[in-house]
Amino acid sequence: MTVDKETVRHIARLARIRIDEAEEEILAKDLGGILQWIDVLQAVDTEGVAPMTSAVATELKLREDAVDDGNAQEAVLKNAPDRMALFYSVPKVVE
Amino acid sequence: MTVSGPVTHLTLAEMRELLGKRAFSAKELTQAHLEAMESQRALNAFTCETADKALAMAEAADARLAKGEARPLDGLPVAIKDLYCTEGVETTAGSNILKGFVPTYESSVTAKLWQAGAVMTGKLNMDEFAMGSANMNSAFGPVANPWQRKGDNRDLVPGGSSGGAAAAVAARMAPASLGTDTGGSIRQPASFCGIVGMKPSYGRCSRWGIVAFASSLDQAGPFTRTVRDSAIVLGVMAGFDPKDSTSVDLPVPDYEAALHKNVKGLTVGVAKEYRMPGVAGEVERLWKRGMTWLEEQGAHIREISLPHSQHALPTYYILAPAEASSNLARYDGVRFGARAAAEDLTGLYEATRGQGFGAEVKRRILIGTYVLSAGYYDAYYNKARRIRSLIARDFARAFEQVDVILTPTAPTAAFAQGEKMDDPVAMYLNDIFTVPASLAGLPAMSVPAGLTDRGLPLGLQIIGKAFDEETVFRVGHALETAAHFTHRPQRISG
Repeated sequence: MTVDKETVRHIARLARIRIDEAEEEILAKDLGGILQWIDVLQAVDTEGVAPMTSAVATELKLREDAVDDGNAQEAVLKNAPDRMALFYSVPKVVE
Repeated sequence: MTVSGPVTHLTLAEMRELLGKRAFSAKELTQAHLEAMESQRALNAFTCETADKALAMAEAADARLAKGEARPLDGLPVAIKDLYCTEGVETTAGSNILKGFVPTYESSVTAKLWQAGAVMTGKLNMDEFAMGSANMNSAFGPVANPWQRKGDNRDLVPGGSSGGAAAAVAARMAPASLGTDTGGSIRQPASFCGIVGMKPSYGRCSRWGIVAFASSLDQAGPFTRTVRDSAIVLGVMAGFDPKDSTSVDLPVPDYEAALHKNVKGLTVGVAKEYRMPGVAGEVERLWKRGMTWLEEQGAHIREISLPHSQHALPTYYILAPAEASSNLARYDGVRFGARAAAEDLTGLYEATRGQGFGAEVKRRILIGTYVLSAGYYDAYYNKARRIRSLIARDFARAFEQVDVILTPTAPTAAFAQGEKMDDPVAMYLNDIFTVPASLAGLPAMSVPAGLTDRGLPLGLQIIGKAFDEETVFRVGHALETAAHFTHRPQRISG
């Protein structure tokens, strides 16, 4: 299976990762190799087999709908690379 | 018992006993390990040493020991893979994108250790976001294995992704460390470094506060130098946590007590499909010796079939990257970690992630994005989840006939830094024996069992039934006793 550079650019855009031209070339080759390797799975008969959704069969527990902590704005914002007052800041998105 | 030789060479159980007898103080024990860490810095096992915190914790442990109020791990030094969030101590997951991130909370599992009196000595180097099998993918540089080949002083890899955690315990910088295992990241480095590595059942330990890689596979587990020490540490780590809905609400047995039982009458499965090309001859021979050791102690060996295990690796390399691509979406340069300069919001995301992630992480995010993208979801992701069901079913059937399964841990011993770096798939093959149990959520442990002709350690893996860690420890202990692995690495403290 081959992956072209246009596909690599498209996936990288979906994943929001900027890659340069040198990386495009390497990634096209690597992804092609990996996808070819995983392609053997297409031959496995999975007719009537349900997809596994969890390693352990568990039922989600219900908990009481109560406030157990909170008022932690400073802790939440502590690692923000940039902030204004009690908010994260980002480049302007609305003109 | 009395102390002859460096205290850092004692087992965790011995340290516990001697601390209880006040043969030395927790502070002295901690100091000895801090010195060992300093003397072995060239291995690059630690990303951060927390000496002040360690000494303060040791003093608190000494106060409790003096009052006769000792807790289960009081005064015992433990180092932590840098994937566990530690309050007030930088947590990077081995990535540039998280450099400078100082959690304001503590992971549930590490909190249990500190509650039990353990002393935190530092954070350990690892493959970025736990993606790798050689610890070559860290933003902090590679970790060197304390072991070297006979007549060859090249640095070998410690395995991965918990490379620093394995190297630290092997080099006697810590009696125990915490790693995480998604597809083999505890067991394979344990084999490469000649120590014990335990991955418990999925759901046995809380994942809360551990940086997520592939949430349906990630599990916490200990590295130690003996099976008993492993049982001691896992006993503290394990248990239900309301903060992790995938942790299982089952009582935690006394794992140490399980070691009193021998293996007489147990049936040990050996999968015929695990005899495959690409596995070193000496690995096969050791595997056979392992069967003999267990037979000599009264266990029965039985051939089993795990027909879908041959598909486990490609299945894993669809599912783990798919989950990773979703989990790692949170590194956006807005809420924590590094942030690149950009004109607009999309540019900020793209530049931050382009600069912050290393090559292997980018590769896996892109693979994951690809297999989840429109038009491929069924062909790749759902197909892999169906095959995962078949792999789990094979194990369930095998466990109707056997109590545990014995396999090699890895297809080879440790290799040199820089080897297997040209082809990602060649590196992925390291996990061929460890990934199937991960996909099925089963407990599995690697026990050091012998040396190669060139003097490198090899481990054997014991896979157990879900939540039957006790039998895994029991069989591990029997193998350990028979193997009598007393070899030591060349680069060792003290």
